[in-house]
Amino acid sequence: MRLAEGTPGARILAFGGYQPTRVVTNDELAQTVDTTDEWIQSRVGIAERRIAGPDETVADMAVAAGGKALAASGLGPADIDLVIVATCTSEAPIPNVAATVATRLGIVAPGAYDLNAACAGFCYALGTAADAVRAGTSRHTLVIGAEKLSQWVDWTDRSTCIIFADGAGAAVVGPVPAAEADGGPGIGPVVWGSDGAMADKIFIKDRQSFIVQEGQAVFRWATTALHPVAKQACERAGVDPSELAAFVPHQANLRIIEAIARKLAAPQAIVATDIIHSGNTSSASIPLALSAMIERGELGSGSAVLLLGFGAGISYAAQVIKVP
Amino acid sequence: MAMTDQEILDGLGEIVDEVAGVPADQVTPDKSFVDDLDIDSLSMVEIAVAAQDKFGVEIPDDELKNLKTVQDVVKYVHNAEVSA
Repeated sequence: MRLAEGTPGARILAFGGYQPTRVVTNDELAQTVDTTDEWIQSRVGIAERRIAGPDETVADMAVAAGGKALAASGLGPADIDLVIVATCTSEAPIPNVAATVATRLGIVAPGAYDLNAACAGFCYALGTAADAVRAGTSRHTLVIGAEKLSQWVDWTDRSTCIIFADGAGAAVVGPVPAAEADGGPGIGPVVWGSDGAMADKIFIKDRQSFIVQEGQAVFRWATTALHPVAKQACERAGVDPSELAAFVPHQANLRIIEAIARKLAAPQAIVATDIIHSGNTSSASIPLALSAMIERGELGSGSAVLLLGFGAGISYAAQVIKVP
Repeated sequence: MAMTDQEILDGLGEIVDEVAGVPADQVTPDKSFVDDLDIDSLSMVEIAVAAQDKFGVEIPDDELKNLKTVQDVVKYVHNAEVSA
């Protein structure tokens, strides 16, 4: 038997993001549920969100984001041999989203699977993609986080319909050449975990049900349990929080983001606040925020960025990346 | 030794100031968190977490809805300390 030949490390080559065109403002929601713009902004920090069209699917959004990342990477469909779609809101149990997305992007016969770690999904998928590239089982992996939460939300429930939204974000992961293995762009070790004892804090019971969240319990957990995970990811990557150019946590709630950022103590880091205009897009939120920051020129090539995904499961994952 | 109610109140005042920016001298026993101090359900969680650090008393989420006034929290912490 011969073992796979690996590479010294994996890095991100490019990002891409896609958001539906329809903007739903707080004032629009206030017409159908008992809420106000002021109430929503003070509780969750969201001013507006993007909602997919009735016929727009998780796969449609994943194709749009994945296509952009692929184009930006300079690679072609033939270079991709693995497609991972992190999603928890797909329309059907089978087939998975990943195989469909691959075919629509012209990627022929890749390994393709969906991964469900809810709002931690992108960091889980990025971690497994980096491992596959490092181990030599994939040369280039397309990682996508794509969600249509709007189809799992009760639009008469003012505690959830103000939070969740739709979108997709993607990254192309490839090998780090041996000569550049130290100090160049890369993906640091993932620190991940879960706690099924808190499964009842965020859930969708079955396919006829809507998303339910215990806001206070999730808030308490997120603001007390996650900054150690974030710090551990920095430690594993050998990057001090003071060296971070940006902190991109899952865009769950602006107050959670600010609380974790305070406890992380990364004074130089730009803290992603994409939630203000995008809402909570679960596994899409981190790559969406990152793509937007890179597009705006906020992150120089080679700068260190800490990612932290967390949500239903409960599950969480964090890693430091260096920007392509 | 258990703290006096005044010590708990002073400690709670510091916490509310830190969490919600409400000056400690406004945190008096008869004040309602929601109606008088404009503190929402998420800030109540932050107060509970800070109270655990300061007083060593855990206030579970289920209990928070019963703690409507400053005096309710003082009493809860006091009772928890006595029974501990």
